[in-house]
Amino acid sequence: MPVAVKTAEPVRLRSAAEPAIRLRGIGKMFDDFRALEGIDLDFPRGELTTLLGPSGCGKTTTLKIVAGLLEATEGEVLVNGQPVTGPGPERAFVFQDFALLPWANVLRNVAFGLELRHVPKEEREEIARRYIAEVGLVGAEHKFPHELSGGMRQRVGLARALAVDAEILLMDEPFASVDEQNRRKFQEDLLSLLAHEKKTVIFVTHSIEEAVYISDQVAVLTRNPGRLSRVVRPEIDRSGHFDELRRSPAYLDAVDEIWHELKSYLDDEERAR
Amino acid sequence: MTIYGYRLPTWLALLIWAALWELIGRLDVIMLIPPLSAVFAAMGNVLFTQSFLEAIGITLEAFGIGMGLALVVGIGVGVAMGRVRVVGDVMGMWINIFESSPITAVVPLLLAVLGFGMQTMVVTVFLFSVWVIALDTQVGVKHASSSLVEMARSFGASRRDLYAKVIFWAALPEILAGVRLGVIRGVRGVVIGQLLIAIVGVGFLFETYSRKFIMPEFWALVLIVFGFAYGLSETIGLVERRVARYASVR
Amino acid sequence: MTDQTTTAATPVRAGFVHTDVMAAALGFFRQVWVMRTLSILFVLGLWEWAGRIPVSPTFPTFTQTMGALFGMMADGSLFTAYGETLKPMIVGVGLCGIFGVAFGLAMGLSRRFEWFTLPVWVISQAAPMAAIIPLITFVYGIGLGAKVVAVVIMAAPIVVLNAYTGIRNVSASLLEMGSSFMATPAQRIFKIVLPAASGLIFAGFRLGLAQGLTGAVLAELLITPTGVGDLITYSRSIADYPAMFASVFSIIVFASVAVTLLQRLETRVFRPDQRRSG
Repeated sequence: MPVAVKTAEPVRLRSAAEPAIRLRGIGKMFDDFRALEGIDLDFPRGELTTLLGPSGCGKTTTLKIVAGLLEATEGEVLVNGQPVTGPGPERAFVFQDFALLPWANVLRNVAFGLELRHVPKEEREEIARRYIAEVGLVGAEHKFPHELSGGMRQRVGLARALAVDAEILLMDEPFASVDEQNRRKFQEDLLSLLAHEKKTVIFVTHSIEEAVYISDQVAVLTRNPGRLSRVVRPEIDRSGHFDELRRSPAYLDAVDEIWHELKSYLDDEERAR
Repeated sequence: MTIYGYRLPTWLALLIWAALWELIGRLDVIMLIPPLSAVFAAMGNVLFTQSFLEAIGITLEAFGIGMGLALVVGIGVGVAMGRVRVVGDVMGMWINIFESSPITAVVPLLLAVLGFGMQTMVVTVFLFSVWVIALDTQVGVKHASSSLVEMARSFGASRRDLYAKVIFWAALPEILAGVRLGVIRGVRGVVIGQLLIAIVGVGFLFETYSRKFIMPEFWALVLIVFGFAYGLSETIGLVERRVARYASVR
Repeated sequence: MTDQTTTAATPVRAGFVHTDVMAAALGFFRQVWVMRTLSILFVLGLWEWAGRIPVSPTFPTFTQTMGALFGMMADGSLFTAYGETLKPMIVGVGLCGIFGVAFGLAMGLSRRFEWFTLPVWVISQAAPMAAIIPLITFVYGIGLGAKVVAVVIMAAPIVVLNAYTGIRNVSASLLEMGSSFMATPAQRIFKIVLPAASGLIFAGFRLGLAQGLTGAVLAELLITPTGVGDLITYSRSIADYPAMFASVFSIIVFASVAVTLLQRLETRVFRPDQRRSG
């Protein structure tokens, strides 16, 4: 079934009200296996939405469909009102296994997206340095990935995605390969970074705490087949200190809510077996 | 490769090549390449002649003895290299020197010193194949998980048991890989050896056929020898893959 | 591995006094280069002794062989011979390199092409391609062309297969990353696929070199006597065994040195992150 259906709607000016990304009836089959079914979801502009769910629920598949790295079998993806089927300059991806060029140093890796766009060397290195500083890797410009820790490598991946100045950031379990202590720090760093970079972010994780901690909106997915179960908006006041956030009632309530949602679903699954 | 969802088997590709060969042969594009059907017909002439059976006998004998020696020496030295560092360092140097050198150049020496008989062929096969067998055995033994060795020792395994029951089996995938490569090189060795000796075995037949320009017979012999080498290496490969399955748990 | 000798302190056995001198001596001998040099001296000594017995009237001593070798170096015959042999080898291996990478690229990029051509290469790698060398003369005569073909026949399978494996096994994650940043097909190939595969491509090249040298020597021994092959056959025909052994010795040394240098280059240049120990 063809994916991109050109709608007859006129091109609309980007308004704050219009979601940056809209999924309409997204479905995905892998041979005989149905991975996703009937996903209808809006990603509001400037917000961080998390796709959350147990393994196999299709959250990474959904993310890759949004990124244009996979084609949906049914439904369409609208980015700024326009249907898309492939990658685009307005979306940047951060990979779970970092996907850094092992033979290139940090500077070149961060500048890689720009290199592919034929940005002149001096200009792209200058931009790269700026984002290397922003993710806190100053001094590591000439190091190679094998000389870096997992956490540092992920920062390179993030800097690379930021460097292309895409308005939409897609992050696939970016902190999964990072140890627990650093993970919290990363979450905090990500939040402060996003505070002054106006981006729409789609985040994939299987950690409820992480999802509630950083998101404006959490989309809970269930599996077999992957469906949208519900969308939770943890209305958390983020003006306070990071540590206080994790003890605020709003945070704990949201975590509870989602946990019960998932638990009841997993119990159903268990009973059905 | 798939067409309309049906996975095409690899041997089909070979069938297409066979058809191409037949076509090129019939079109008489080049004298050297007769139609494949003629080659198959010639196989009868090749396979059941006295000279062929004699040649095969000599070739297989040389190959068998040479490979046998290479296996015993190669695996033995390889194990020693893997377990004792000094042996590994010293022998490693020698083996690396010879493993990538053209042993072909040594064959005339062998001819001069050992003559034109079975000894030369056996030594040639041995010299072609022993290095890679030793090297891969060494790798396998080194990789044999040290925790397995410690475990066996903690249960009081004797040295013989340790080697026979733990180390050998743990190293088996790599040993088989080395044996497979060794077999390929061994066949190469026996063919090259006989090409240079030129009066016995399949080498002699190759020489004769090409000199007398009897192309169908020549290619029939090529198919037989190539088939033998490939068949043998694939059989070992099959065993290797099966063994590697349990080894992937490492 | 507790079985391997280490440089740990030697245990004191009852009744035997270990002095510092002994400990130092043992430590010295445990060093790698010492043991290796000793083994070389041992083998050369063995060679010398075997030649003196003599094992066979055609078996020269080490010193006789070295004498012949230096003689050949002094009158330049060794170098002209190598020049002759290396010509088809360099051309042949060079051709294989370019052709091999291109072919491997085509196989890596097109499943159809891969399905069609892979069986041919896999069989060629297992088969004794040397058997075909005598045929070459019928098509290419006995000149440089024939010898280049011999080199190519021997080296091509390993070069192509290694290039193909390297290209086929480029990390899917890296390719996906390139896709996500909208790399064009050309950018994919030159900025991701080839650099990622370069290690295996170079390894194939190194192995192909060894095979190519075999092909060159074989061609010289079977087709037409030139270069080093001629040195060998000629000295044999005039029963100058020291010269014959010297020629073979020089080939072995040459090949080992060349391959070792390439190996060092390979580890240093290509992917130092994948440096294997030992």
